[in-house]
Amino acid sequence: MIAEIALAILWLAAALAVLQLGLGSYALTARGAEFLRAVRPIAVVQGLLVAVAFALLIVLFLRTDLSVKLVAANSHSLKPLIYKIAGAWGNHEGSMLLWVTVMGLAGGFVALLERRLNERTMVATLAGQAFVSLGFYAFMLFSSNPFERLNPAPVEGNGLNPLLQDPGLAFHPPTLYIGYVGLSIAFSFAVGALITRDVGPAFARAMRPWVMGAWIFLTLGITAGSWWAYYELGWGGWWFWDPVENASLMPWLAATALLHSVSVLATRNALKAWTVMLAVVAFSMSMVGTFLVRSGILTSVHAFAVDPERGSFILTLLAIYIGGALALFGLRASTVTEGAKFHLFSREGSLVMNNVLLVGILGIVLMGTLYPLVTEAFGTKVSVGPPYFNPVSAIFVFPMLVIMAAGPLMRWRQDNGRKLANLLAVPALVAAGTLALVVVFGGDIGVLPLLGLVFAAGLAVASVLPLWKRNLRRTPAHIWGMVIAHLGIAVALAGMASESAFNTEKLVASEIGQSHTVGPWTIELQGVRPIAGANWTALEARLVARYGDSNVQTVLNPQARMFASPPTATSEAALLTRWNGQLYAVLGEEGDDGRWQLRLWWKPFVPLIWYGGLLVGLGGVLSLVGRTARDLRRKGEPELEPASEPAAPKPAAGGQEALA
Amino acid sequence: MKAKHQRLVLICIALVGLVAAGLIAAYALRDQASYFYTPGDIAEKGVEPGQAIRLGGMVQKGSIKKQADGVTIDFIVEDGKGTVPVRFTGITPDLFVEGSGVVAEGRMNASGQFVADNLLAKHDENYVPREMRDMTKADVKKLGGTVQQP
Repeated sequence: MIAEIALAILWLAAALAVLQLGLGSYALTARGAEFLRAVRPIAVVQGLLVAVAFALLIVLFLRTDLSVKLVAANSHSLKPLIYKIAGAWGNHEGSMLLWVTVMGLAGGFVALLERRLNERTMVATLAGQAFVSLGFYAFMLFSSNPFERLNPAPVEGNGLNPLLQDPGLAFHPPTLYIGYVGLSIAFSFAVGALITRDVGPAFARAMRPWVMGAWIFLTLGITAGSWWAYYELGWGGWWFWDPVENASLMPWLAATALLHSVSVLATRNALKAWTVMLAVVAFSMSMVGTFLVRSGILTSVHAFAVDPERGSFILTLLAIYIGGALALFGLRASTVTEGAKFHLFSREGSLVMNNVLLVGILGIVLMGTLYPLVTEAFGTKVSVGPPYFNPVSAIFVFPMLVIMAAGPLMRWRQDNGRKLANLLAVPALVAAGTLALVVVFGGDIGVLPLLGLVFAAGLAVASVLPLWKRNLRRTPAHIWGMVIAHLGIAVALAGMASESAFNTEKLVASEIGQSHTVGPWTIELQGVRPIAGANWTALEARLVARYGDSNVQTVLNPQARMFASPPTATSEAALLTRWNGQLYAVLGEEGDDGRWQLRLWWKPFVPLIWYGGLLVGLGGVLSLVGRTARDLRRKGEPELEPASEPAAPKPAAGGQEALA
Repeated sequence: MKAKHQRLVLICIALVGLVAAGLIAAYALRDQASYFYTPGDIAEKGVEPGQAIRLGGMVQKGSIKKQADGVTIDFIVEDGKGTVPVRFTGITPDLFVEGSGVVAEGRMNASGQFVADNLLAKHDENYVPREMRDMTKADVKKLGGTVQQP
């Protein structure tokens, strides 16, 4: 019964989306103004309904209702509870339902909470959101119904890909999805503002928290995904430039650019057309990513749907939405008024440069990701990996880091450079000192890791300089947010650079009782024994590790696991974290002579990568919370800066306020 | 500078940035993309030793030989049109077995052996490396494989 009810609710939600689009469009015409007020409630109810449908899908998975095709194909009665829940979105149909759920909820929340925006623009935004949702509703209801029944019901389910049976999976995909799909609301805001010719600070202020929210989720999702790949795949790497990883990186790059330009628009009334364009690009990248992952044209652990029909459906949606938005942009670009003037050597100028560099990196990643598809169409099979992505993106990343260090210290509109030069002397000295230290003591570590360490040190210092001579207690939360996020980038970069610079690795066939050294560690293999888990069996090694001359012994238990359904082997790496790095151990096979393959890595400072990612996310949260709290305090007061006035709210001295 | 001019300048900066990114990417892709070869391709066209490529085919039955160090294996990849000896040092992927599909990343050495840095084998019984999908079922059967075509 539940499946039928859920399907009915889903149809009802889709019908409401039609209504939201139709009524919203009519309300924007001269005769329909009386319907303006009806659109918000429709959006809220639509969001609620689709959320209920998604909740019901989770219920079906919890009950392991095998008469539902999706449950039978992806779940198993013996699966641990958390993976039963996660199984609901760990497949094509469920993840599409999650997609429309996030879209519906985003629209609903905007309708419920956002009061600053011109009502006509709001209605146009909600209509746009419904228009985008409808494509995905249609996709789901006509070609990938998650509630399809199976008759007769099988006795037992298929299980879930064991690689995905990991606490990381419960957290990572929905987080990324909220970020991905959350960008749809930025897209709809842009479309709405273009339709009502209302691109201005009020629009940017309304859009900013949603962009920030989506960006935070993307940041955390990518960080979690990298961590998952690092310990679950057992290959010791944290980023593989896998197309699916790129698919999550590209929207993040666009959203990062959007986040910064929307702030300029909100406070300085500049970069109007640019902001709208970035909003369109950001969501396009979400859709491109979805297309790459879902169409099955790429091989990846993440690609569940190997179905050309689905691929072409998403491609069609992509063409309609992106093409439509670009056409609208082309038609209306001339009506977007020029923003406030600024000199290129200014805070705005630095943001423009970094926006361009971010979009450049995005282009590089996009080309590298699509290139194999293009050549394959011409009959040549290629793969593009780190030898392309690392050096080529570095060409844009390092200049971006320099501007990132300088930008927050510059004045709005025009900077004379004197104060900036004094301030930047400190990080420049630190960077030079790091360079000297690493060159003298670090040995030959390669150009990119060396540059990475040097720039990380400089940026770390520069990123906290905006707090210089400020009253720390009275510094607004969004300034703290900016500082912490930029510091997080430096921290993550330091982790990435030291991982490639100082990594040591040992691959051995070890007898029981034999000791090995890797980096400062001595590791003894004491034994291997079979163990059993909920739905797997494993061979588990007992390794005893000692650091340097210390007598403290720590036990590591890497496993080689066999899952029963579907029959799959995975290797579970064992990690030992110290303040200065991580020991990473993987158990291989037993040789004919009774020796066990062991792969050991000592990775100095590698956890900084994920601590950095968390800091970036935390910075976003601080900024979002700080600004929202400030908006709430100001609620009821008249608008600060009327959209028509070229805003220069506070003279240049107030420059620190705008960005975070 | 008028606002109109400013807009023009910004558009130019953006265009220059994007075009530069595109050109750099296009140039680097020609050099850095690693091409996919089957043993048949190598027999027919040959490959420059030292060039990074991907080699895909079936692991020949009975060809996996473990070396004395316990972590190096030699095996033969075949596709019905040719064979290539491969050496790999490391922990083989889960379910890397004779008679199944494999894609190896690495390069040919001067003596005609393929030295693999990395092996991509099946993650589960349904996984097929993308490059392997063009092999017909008949080819696979002939080689004793069990690759399921998606």
